[in-house]
Amino acid sequence: MAENTEPRIGVFVCHCGTNIAGSMSIDDVVNYAKTLPYVAVADQYQYMCSTPGQKKINDAIKEYNLTGVVVAACSPRLHEPTFRTATKEGGLNPFRFEMANIREQNSWVHMHGMWDEATQKAKDQVRMAVAKAAKLEDLVPKSVPVEKTAMVVGGGVAGMQAALDLASAGIKTYLIERTPTIGGRMSQLDKTFPTLDCSQCILTPKMVDVGRHPNIEMMTYTEVEKVEGYIGNFDVTLRKKARGVLTPVEAAAKGIVGGGCNGCGDCAAVCPVIKPNPFEMGMAPRKAIYIYHAQVMPLIYTVDFDSCVKCGLCVEACGEKKAIDLEMQDEFITVKVGTAVLATGYELFPVENKREWGYKQFDNVINALEFERLICASGPTGGHLVRPSDGKTPMKVGFVLCAGSRDNTGIGKPYCSRFCCMYSLKHAHQIMEKIPGAVAYLFYMDIRSFGKMYEEFYYRIQHEGAKFIRGRVANVLEDKETKNLHVFTEDTLLGRPVDVEVDLLVLAAAVQPNEGANELRKKFGVSASQDGWMLEAHPKLNPCGTTTAGVFLAGVCQGPKDIPDTVAQAEGAASAASIPIHMGEVELEPYFAMCIDELCAGCGMCVNLCPYSALSLGEKNGRTVMVVTEAKCKGCGTCGGFCPGGAIKMQHFTTPQIAAQIDAFFAGGEQ
Amino acid sequence: MADEWKPQILAIICNWCSYAGADLAGGARIQYPPTVRAIRVMCTGRVDMLFILKAFVEGADGVLVSGCHFGDCHYLEGNYKAAKRMFMIKNLLRNIGLDDRRFRMTFVSASEGAKWGMVMEDVTNTIKELGPSPIKEFKK
Repeated sequence: MAENTEPRIGVFVCHCGTNIAGSMSIDDVVNYAKTLPYVAVADQYQYMCSTPGQKKINDAIKEYNLTGVVVAACSPRLHEPTFRTATKEGGLNPFRFEMANIREQNSWVHMHGMWDEATQKAKDQVRMAVAKAAKLEDLVPKSVPVEKTAMVVGGGVAGMQAALDLASAGIKTYLIERTPTIGGRMSQLDKTFPTLDCSQCILTPKMVDVGRHPNIEMMTYTEVEKVEGYIGNFDVTLRKKARGVLTPVEAAAKGIVGGGCNGCGDCAAVCPVIKPNPFEMGMAPRKAIYIYHAQVMPLIYTVDFDSCVKCGLCVEACGEKKAIDLEMQDEFITVKVGTAVLATGYELFPVENKREWGYKQFDNVINALEFERLICASGPTGGHLVRPSDGKTPMKVGFVLCAGSRDNTGIGKPYCSRFCCMYSLKHAHQIMEKIPGAVAYLFYMDIRSFGKMYEEFYYRIQHEGAKFIRGRVANVLEDKETKNLHVFTEDTLLGRPVDVEVDLLVLAAAVQPNEGANELRKKFGVSASQDGWMLEAHPKLNPCGTTTAGVFLAGVCQGPKDIPDTVAQAEGAASAASIPIHMGEVELEPYFAMCIDELCAGCGMCVNLCPYSALSLGEKNGRTVMVVTEAKCKGCGTCGGFCPGGAIKMQHFTTPQIAAQIDAFFAGGEQ
Repeated sequence: MADEWKPQILAIICNWCSYAGADLAGGARIQYPPTVRAIRVMCTGRVDMLFILKAFVEGADGVLVSGCHFGDCHYLEGNYKAAKRMFMIKNLLRNIGLDDRRFRMTFVSASEGAKWGMVMEDVTNTIKELGPSPIKEFKK
């Protein structure tokens, strides 16, 4: 389109079925649009996003020789890409498109008895959009090459699956795990519902696959320190925490022939420092030089420098392998990756905050992960379930479901943690199977057994004889002599209060985002949901994506989910993360800052404002002016919002465009 | 007539948090007064103080700038820089004799649809209490 011709704008108003048309007069909005300056055509359709709707745009661009398109419909966050494509297909530059959000920000929020007000607001919104559309300019998206590597943060089952998929698709993948071993929560579990697969049996082979995959660079005991860059070109700085132990590869690099840790454990045998093992929920000891459990990956010991007394006995025991370096320091390395998958998982809600259930007050009240370790054959008791107070086998075991979930008191979590019902059913099965004559009491609100073969599993546990008592547990008291527990609740099906005496009480604690996940998401620019989990780009249509292009989510970090859903999402995230890498390049929205050299005084204030160091001062035609490095600019406009000389042009959000929108708002006059 | 008067309020809101929060309010069908017209920018950092002054000069009864919570800015720190400027705006409004409650900056995240509805209610009530902007008198 020639630059000096007057703008010719087409306005298209969408009914969205009755979503919009049910709350305002579309005819009035269209007729009003026809009266606006620059509007060459105004039309309406039931669903503008449909093929016939988009064709209307295509045809009108050609028929009326339009220079800009306005669609008044849903949110640009939903359908801007759709209509940009339609605009492009009509022969216009796709950035000649502007959207008026008359659904999410109008018809849906002004529904009842607001017909005239909603219609008036839609007119205002269309008028403002037309004003901007008249000033839109052709823009060309910038294509940038994508680094052919990916990063997965978190080495639980989600991260492992994502890394395996990416690596199997031929992409070099860094798997970052902050603890000394991959495996995550799943490696702490005994059995998995509803199939009763042994968790270790199905997980350990995966851990081994990860360890030996040629495309996976596994970095355990490592944390993300800093993230810079954008999709296709993230520079991630990693902190390799001082492990105090050299791997065989690291030892070889230092010239120690045949050296490095081989996992023999001679060091731990002589270490005099004893600490609780967090993998066993603190119920088993570990030394200051330790591995979590026998199946760790990689099988490399780690020195806990917080408790190490540096006596040097381990160094002696290690001998010729020379694997232990007690003076090791943290190392920082920076890797370049094209895309990233976050899979940081969960931790248990501190259920002691709900004081009425007595966790950490009474010996025989434990949480579900402690139960997993106590019933697990590789756990501290070799799989013999015992009560903490006296080591006796419990015959009556109570399970409190929704322990902190679905709790609106402000102490617990308002959401459903989704997998506690099912694992509690599994726990009930396990005690009835392992301890002949044992009785399981499940105190529940609702049993949510929604997955494949889950409801059937619930029936099975009912038939096996577990006792289900529908009621929230009000209080738990301990018998001081026997250390038994009295569970008080109202059986809401019988309508009467009950007092059940049990030997052991297991709290199916709510889950919450892992410690540190909040800091990590901020480094990657990922938003949080109201409940603290990481926010997906769209709950239904983009559940793995985030608002940061090139960063994806897998597993519980996005919201509570069981193992099948976690693995499915991990595969989805891996697939999504591999697309830009296989495409080889991505288009960035061309919202870069531009310097209008004649207006720039070279003061340099913008240079300090830019959070991405995209701006600098340089010489042009003998004057000092600001220079933009487009690849670094993300288009926030912080420089443009401040420049005292108005010398910075923020493309697609220029000052004349925004000023025109402000003018257009008030051009509607007193309402 | 006082009941009939509908304030004209301009909102300049960021794409990643407040605009998304406003969309979420729509998705959840949270009802609020139809008094506010929004302009979308990528970041509140883009908000030039002159935009706000221009809105008041043109006759806005109130102006709202809304962005991400501190520490949650999609562009790391644009909202901090915006917030700094917004204090200056409030100062300036006071100095020219305009009630500084006509201008406000809020922080509404992409998951706070209900909060967006509350902000809309609250801003509208405040402006209704203050009445039409005195600048409108000059425009007559």
